[in-house]
Amino acid sequence: MTPRKHIAPGAVVWLLLGAAYFVIPLAATLIFSLRSNQTGTCCTLENYGEILHDPQFSKTIKTSFILSLETIVVTLLLLVPTVYWVHLRLPRLRPVLGFIALVPFVVPAIILVVGLLDIYKGTPSWFYAEPYGFLVGAYVILAFPYMYFSLDAGFRAIDVHTLTEASQSLGARWTTTLVRVIVPNIKASALAGSFLTLAIVMGEFTIASLAVFDTFPIYIQYINQNKAYPASAVTLLSFAITWAAMLALLAVGRGRRAPAAAGAH
Amino acid sequence: MAGVELRQLHRRFGDVVALDGIDLEIESGEFVSFLGPSGCGKTTALRLVAGFDRPTSGRVFVEGKDITDVPPNRRDVGMVFQAYSLFPNMTAVKNVEFGLRVRKHARGSRKARALELLELVGLGHAADRYPHQLSGGMQQRVALARALAIEPRLLLLDEPLSALDAKVRIQLREEIRRIQTRLGITSIYVTHDQEEALSISDRVAVLSHGRIEQIGTPSEIYGAPATPFVAEFVGTMNRIESTVADPDDGRVTYDQTSLAVDAVRGRPRGERVLVLVRPEIVEVEAAGTAQNGLVGEVVSQTFLGSVTRLRVLAGPTEWTADLSAARAAALPIGARVSLRFPSAGAKVLSLEGEEPPEPSDG
Repeated sequence: MTPRKHIAPGAVVWLLLGAAYFVIPLAATLIFSLRSNQTGTCCTLENYGEILHDPQFSKTIKTSFILSLETIVVTLLLLVPTVYWVHLRLPRLRPVLGFIALVPFVVPAIILVVGLLDIYKGTPSWFYAEPYGFLVGAYVILAFPYMYFSLDAGFRAIDVHTLTEASQSLGARWTTTLVRVIVPNIKASALAGSFLTLAIVMGEFTIASLAVFDTFPIYIQYINQNKAYPASAVTLLSFAITWAAMLALLAVGRGRRAPAAAGAH
Repeated sequence: MAGVELRQLHRRFGDVVALDGIDLEIESGEFVSFLGPSGCGKTTALRLVAGFDRPTSGRVFVEGKDITDVPPNRRDVGMVFQAYSLFPNMTAVKNVEFGLRVRKHARGSRKARALELLELVGLGHAADRYPHQLSGGMQQRVALARALAIEPRLLLLDEPLSALDAKVRIQLREEIRRIQTRLGITSIYVTHDQEEALSISDRVAVLSHGRIEQIGTPSEIYGAPATPFVAEFVGTMNRIESTVADPDDGRVTYDQTSLAVDAVRGRPRGERVLVLVRPEIVEVEAAGTAQNGLVGEVVSQTFLGSVTRLRVLAGPTEWTADLSAARAAALPIGARVSLRFPSAGAKVLSLEGEEPPEPSDG
């Protein structure tokens, strides 16, 4: 006889409370978004239609999405080899990197953006005047702690030394070792860092606003100020799109089915 | 030409001397073990041969070629690690193929070769399993196949069995030796387990404090330890501090008792010596019949399966003797017994100019 699985009533209450915390605002937003912008009555999809037909919507969401991908790629290219090397050869630098990674949390966005505008002044206009240049520079700094701590955890979960030495003894060079052996085994943590980066960049408002770039959060803010009901629709749409993007990233990152952390004893 | 030659290898880590001048020649096709306690330098020596570390001074030669400055990926040296080192993202066959893939072998030929090697280690049926689907012993077999796939000039094994349970360990070490003999590949095996080293090696190098204390065949190491350390480390040994009493007749004095030890013949009278006697040659009888006249009291009995180990306090030393269970049954704890050993069976090391070694606990 298999033992019955009991769920304590207290746990159910907390579970429901937790679910309510997430679901109620979404449900309220959904109901609100279905009201007519003209009459205020329920229920119509006209707000969604309006948003989806607004060229500004597709333009800004595309901008933010490309910014996210660019930030993810740059951050991964910078951090994966760095964290690998620190774990392999310079473990004493780990606390230093951990400290540096905390800096973006304590520096207010306004100070960051003023500093960056000053530092990047004089750089070519394709960088300074374009979101894909300047904003990515800023977002890489914002994403640094999220990506760093994710990767650091991933590298701690594998035996970096033994895997590297095994690969080298079989004739592999550094690049082969990194690409074929190390990266596939820290993929889960790299994906986690990428999700966080995606979420941050898709929702980043302050820097984009202060640097006067037209990104998706700027668009949401604009709609919020001017159209109450479509604002709810755009909020839900952004929520859905971000989730879809994360799922897409997951699908791309996983690729063929491979086991996650194993062999790291 | 020697398969491997280590010439005056030194390695320091700050003030710590890990290797203090290792000189060693290993013949082609020979299986040599580095045996010693933790921190004796055996793994450091192996890592210098593999190229993962550089010597402070000294040179490493493989098949006559100086490889001291060659990076590890160009040394053609296969290695099996202590920790499970299979790539977790690859199946067993992909792991074995890895070295061939790096060497740009054609896909078909490398897969055939990998499967052949998995068959050799008895894992042809597990080719498509991921490392986490394999037991520890199976993982080490795959690691061995992977190291052999590149047809290395030299095979290094760094305590490959230490994480496995006893039965698998014995089975796998025999298999390693079988495969090594079949392929005729020069091998260096690092272990702290003397039984392992003695059972599979052509020669054993016993290391202590970064130096080779003795190198010889397993029977030489076991039967004729060259230093007190080797005597202490390899096997269980009774270590009897005595004084040479009669060099002509071959007798020593131990605790006011005269014992016959052939090996002290010709040594200076009065020399302090360590008489080494293996437990299996010590005979124990109920008191009263011993020719050597050494009498003591049984203080413990330990059943070890094939033999029963008796501890007998006779003089200042606790002696160890291995008896059949039937004979041991007649000598209970507390019994007065006499001890003797064949006078030709004991080895002798000089203690002159040395601090007396710590007493052995077996």
